[in-house]
Amino acid sequence: MVVTQPGELHEEHEHEHVHLPQHRHHFETEEQQREAASFGMWLFLLTEIMFFGGLFMAYLLYRNWYNPAFVAASHTLSIKLGALNTAILITSGFCMAMAVWAAETRKRKALVNFLGLTNFFGIAFLVVKYFEYAEKWHDSHIPGLKFSIADFGKLGVDMAQKTQVYYSLYFAMTGMHALHMIIGIVLIFWYMVRANRGEFTEGYVAPIENFGLYWHFVDIVWIFLFPLLYLIDLGAK
Amino acid sequence: MSTIVSLPDQSTAALPKRNYLNAEHGLLSWLLTGDHKRIAMLYLISITGFFFLGGAFAGLVRLELLTPAGDLLAADTYNKMFTMHGIVMIFLFLVPSVPATLGNFLIPIMIGARDLAFPKINLLSWYLYLIGGTFTLTALVLGGVDTGWTFTTPLSTHYLNTHVITTGLAIFVAGFSSIFTGLNFIVTIHRMRAPGMTWFRMPLFVWSNYAASILMVLGTPVLAIAIVLVVLERTIGLGVFDPAKGGDPLLFQHLFWFYSHPAVYIMILPGMGVISEVMANFSRKRVFGYTAVAFSSVAIAVFGFFVWAHHMFIMGVSNYSALVFSLLTMLVAVPSAIKIFNWSATLYKGSITFETPMLYAFGFIGLFTIGGLTGVFLGSLGMDIHLTETYFIVAHFHFVMVGGMLMAFLAGIHFWWPKMTGRMYPESLSKLAAVTTFIGFILTFFPQFILGYLGMPRRYHAYPADYQVLNVLSTAGATVLGVGYLLPILYLAWSLKYGEIAGPNPWQATGLEWQLQSPPLTENFTEIPYVDYEAYDFEWLAHKQKQEVTTVG
Repeated sequence: MVVTQPGELHEEHEHEHVHLPQHRHHFETEEQQREAASFGMWLFLLTEIMFFGGLFMAYLLYRNWYNPAFVAASHTLSIKLGALNTAILITSGFCMAMAVWAAETRKRKALVNFLGLTNFFGIAFLVVKYFEYAEKWHDSHIPGLKFSIADFGKLGVDMAQKTQVYYSLYFAMTGMHALHMIIGIVLIFWYMVRANRGEFTEGYVAPIENFGLYWHFVDIVWIFLFPLLYLIDLGAK
Repeated sequence: MSTIVSLPDQSTAALPKRNYLNAEHGLLSWLLTGDHKRIAMLYLISITGFFFLGGAFAGLVRLELLTPAGDLLAADTYNKMFTMHGIVMIFLFLVPSVPATLGNFLIPIMIGARDLAFPKINLLSWYLYLIGGTFTLTALVLGGVDTGWTFTTPLSTHYLNTHVITTGLAIFVAGFSSIFTGLNFIVTIHRMRAPGMTWFRMPLFVWSNYAASILMVLGTPVLAIAIVLVVLERTIGLGVFDPAKGGDPLLFQHLFWFYSHPAVYIMILPGMGVISEVMANFSRKRVFGYTAVAFSSVAIAVFGFFVWAHHMFIMGVSNYSALVFSLLTMLVAVPSAIKIFNWSATLYKGSITFETPMLYAFGFIGLFTIGGLTGVFLGSLGMDIHLTETYFIVAHFHFVMVGGMLMAFLAGIHFWWPKMTGRMYPESLSKLAAVTTFIGFILTFFPQFILGYLGMPRRYHAYPADYQVLNVLSTAGATVLGVGYLLPILYLAWSLKYGEIAGPNPWQATGLEWQLQSPPLTENFTEIPYVDYEAYDFEWLAHKQKQEVTTVG
């Protein structure tokens, strides 16, 4: 039966919670709001996994078919730059984790600074990526736009052509990853402005926590991309 | 006791002074609203627009097929027409139809919440839908696209000069609209149920939308990446699907159907939810085997992810995988049959009345059963080789999508119209529309089964003269069907102003939404209800009314 118990539940909450300005009226409690937001973020990350999943599926298939082409093409990437970028991204992830900590412990300045550092390393990653892409352009390794099989003579023409599918995947995967980084970087600038106003250091930390999840997700994608794209069959060099 | 106001007699019913429709005024109060009910209305208006656009394309297709010669439309124009028909109907009508309108409106109310978990994201998803629609219209105005709604590579990447990129982007954006709707529903259903509203007290409409939401959230991103790769292949020439560069066009099909097969369950599951509600209500009985029906929705969602390759039996997939996919396809028939049998069992010893929603629901059961059973033909490997890419398959999916889903959508729109607008639709006229739709539908699509079985291929603007009689029948049926769809939009629009005032619970239904005023308040519930009764408990309802006479009167 639809009995609304007059005021009972309602009053309890009035006493327990100091209402934050960010509390939305359609949630019964702030805890419910926080749980909903975090659950929503995890679901969103699930969709992201499926999004990248399509690319990983393609990688699995073609690497299985054209392993020699994948090995040869992979060796044209710079492991040093890749490793540097991995280190940069992990550092950026660490700064993001510290930013969440700063928000939770209500340190406004520290939060802004850590978000800034996160962004600095994020941008550094993209700069390194730019130089890697430029090198691909220089070496004519971009399928469709500027491609030549000159570097893969040893494979035979047929297999050498298949390196194009490796580079297609390389650009699609790292490109989608970079796009996610760019979206994240723009969001961080926005969060820095809001954090500077003190919005996240008065107990309302959900946006920072959830954005942290997103940023770590993007990190983790790279953690998979680095070995799959750069570290194939190093012994065969 | 109960704080919900007593239900007045329908003849003395009055529109509530304050409700979500008149809470705020002006265009901006609609365009910037966070209210799930207003967003549902916005969706309803926009999908109706696209439905009639898609219907116009279908009309042109049927007109062309009236005569064997390709005389009305040139071959490539014809290709553009059926492509636009498919894209508009699937991505801009069927996928958002029930979830984004009825689901948006009802799910929060049915589980006793004030709104969806993320009202702003809900509004965003409507805007994304509109952007997707605008891109589609842009592609149309610029000259259309003729890949078929399936964007099959290498046709879409190498051989066509039509607007594949614009349309691809349209579907990409509209896909995010559907992802956000699904995400919003899942979070809402998990986190916002009223006290006492356990999982097995939820109406089956909520269960089936939950199952569809899982498919939206898991499937749509795969379509998104497949479309992105097609666009990248057309623009800069990446080679993931290009055989010359080592890619495999079949991979595109796998990725595409990994979404697009579950997508048919995204389309049909919410409709099945509507049928559960309507069946229970107009039999005045609890749905037979509630738990089985609830889990069959989830089972359809799970199986739905493992059958996609049955769209590819003739495309050179391995025989062994075809065998497995054929078997799994048959498995989907089991939960679907559970639903059909349980709805039929619900009727047994029920107090059945034949209001319009019930007529549409009966239409659904008959037509969906035929659509489902012919799906079994297509799922068996030998038959599929004969029937696929013929009119048989066109008839099959129209029986499921139009005979099934559209009937369910109209059943739901009629059933909840009093709740959404506060006014009744004209009963006898709407019964006429329901019967017209049914007759028109059978006349349109039944001949297509025969045409397909006789070997008429789909997607050609001309055909041998032998097939003409059946095609004329089909086109004639389409005309009747068109009338059947025009009628509701006319009398529903009329009823907005002149319809009888409905009162809170004109059907004497049990759902939480019917215990509120019609149309509801912006915040739905002044106080969040405590639920201590099962779904479809008509005894509880009778008991409650008895009580109200004494407590409120």
